[in-house]
Amino acid sequence: MNWYGLYTLFSKEVWRFLKVAIQTLLTPIVTVLLYLLVFSSVLSSHVQVYESVDYAAFLVPGLIMMTIIQNAFANTSSSLFQAKTIGSIVFILLAPLSSWECYLAYVGAAVVRGLLVGIGVWIAALWFVHLPLHNLLILLIFSILGSAILGTLGIIGAIVSEKWDHLSAFQNFVILPLSFLSGVFYSVNNLPGIWREISHYNPFFYMIDGFRYGFLGVSDVPIITSLWITTIFMILVAAICLRILQTGYKVRG
Amino acid sequence: MSILIQQVHKYYHNLHALSEIDFNIPQGCFFGLLGPNGAGKSTLINIIAGLVYATQGTISVMGHDVRQQWRQARQSLGVVPQELVYDPFFTVNELLRLQSGYFGLGRRNQPWIKELLEILDLSDKTKVTMGHLSGGMKRRALIAQALVHKPPIIVLDEPTAGVDVELRQMIWAFSKRLHQEGHTIILTTHYLEEAETLCEQIAILDQGKMIALDTTHALLGRYPYRMLKLNLTTQNIKIPSTLAEKVQSLTQNELILKLHREHDPIGAILETLRDAGIHFTDLHTEEPNLEDVFISLTHREKS
Repeated sequence: MNWYGLYTLFSKEVWRFLKVAIQTLLTPIVTVLLYLLVFSSVLSSHVQVYESVDYAAFLVPGLIMMTIIQNAFANTSSSLFQAKTIGSIVFILLAPLSSWECYLAYVGAAVVRGLLVGIGVWIAALWFVHLPLHNLLILLIFSILGSAILGTLGIIGAIVSEKWDHLSAFQNFVILPLSFLSGVFYSVNNLPGIWREISHYNPFFYMIDGFRYGFLGVSDVPIITSLWITTIFMILVAAICLRILQTGYKVRG
Repeated sequence: MSILIQQVHKYYHNLHALSEIDFNIPQGCFFGLLGPNGAGKSTLINIIAGLVYATQGTISVMGHDVRQQWRQARQSLGVVPQELVYDPFFTVNELLRLQSGYFGLGRRNQPWIKELLEILDLSDKTKVTMGHLSGGMKRRALIAQALVHKPPIIVLDEPTAGVDVELRQMIWAFSKRLHQEGHTIILTTHYLEEAETLCEQIAILDQGKMIALDTTHALLGRYPYRMLKLNLTTQNIKIPSTLAEKVQSLTQNELILKLHREHDPIGAILETLRDAGIHFTDLHTEEPNLEDVFISLTHREKS
């Protein structure tokens, strides 16, 4: 194992997004605050999802998780796709780094960005909303799993895409609908029959629901179910991603 | 041997990009890989570097198979890519530190990075991002990046394409220096003069096949002709029939004859010309160069 190489690639990826922190950290935080402002002020008097929980308090965990996963996806996908299109990926391909080492470095950096943005949104939201904290460990587990899953999907998206258009289609037609329809803004239990059924096939729903449990202590499905499904999904996407990296698909000619 | 290439084939769908490539590159050799565009030079270089996988066949670098023992093989290779590629986020010094880190080298490699920057005359550009460097400086930074882990084998993929004379001289001098220090150098180039000046051994690829592999000296010897150039004083000359097929070009005041080194002694040719009443003020001969060999091997017309 080339631990130092892995560490270097990881720190390069973190360094990369820190160099453009306004775009990679500040912008998503401000965007989420705008969502929060609009949705909570308009809907809070009309909607109550769980008893004794404000709509704003229900909404914030979902928004935090949505931001975490979207930024984790953006980190790996944009970095890797840019390296692929401008050709600078060659320096990583020439180095004695295994697929595992590259995978861990890229996903590790995506997790760091996800957590930083998540913490930023959380702190900022505290000015507006009273938010309980039920279980910090659960929060940490789901935010790491969620950002790792999306970081992994970002790697897959970047490798498979041949132009920015493909990557943006992957983001807008797969990632975005799955995250919007995962119960960020509502409880899936309030949805009519068929839509509730469909939502249970969306793996993002379990990430959001589990993460929200960490704050509120209540959830749509039992926390253990969310943990299992999210973990299995993580293993599945990691296996696909590693297989793609190992075969050199679309990268090593 | 630094590099062993055995029965390598590469297919891109139906295109047979490399066919039955089989040769070795000795340790410490300055090796030239020549061929027209699309001959497969870069594909072969990329397979050696592990950037592309061969469809069939094996390659080992310093005794390490590029697929099985890829870590050791990559440690032994420093590749200067053909394109000016770089990560736009980082400065020259940051990129060198990162590249050194990928190879498992930490702070202890910093003195070597500093030395490289000095050798390549980049010391005052360490804090400049790659995007703000001139083309020549980018090329030098790429060379530094390839050397950051002190590889015994250095691959220069068309390093002088599109660079000015000064930088070309610098790259030539630097690669000679690396060679003298014991590095194996593999150079791909379009400039035959470059290969002739620098390389000890040359392989010529054409349409994915290897059509020649020899020492530069022996390759030049394969072309047994030389040119005799005469500045004429006689106008409207009539070439004697015995010389007619040796005429390469004829203008009002210049005659160029292509002479076989063994069968056409210059003394006898000059005598034939004098007998035919052809007079000249000056003459000189031109020995064959790699371009002649290259063209005769790839059967292409001289432009």
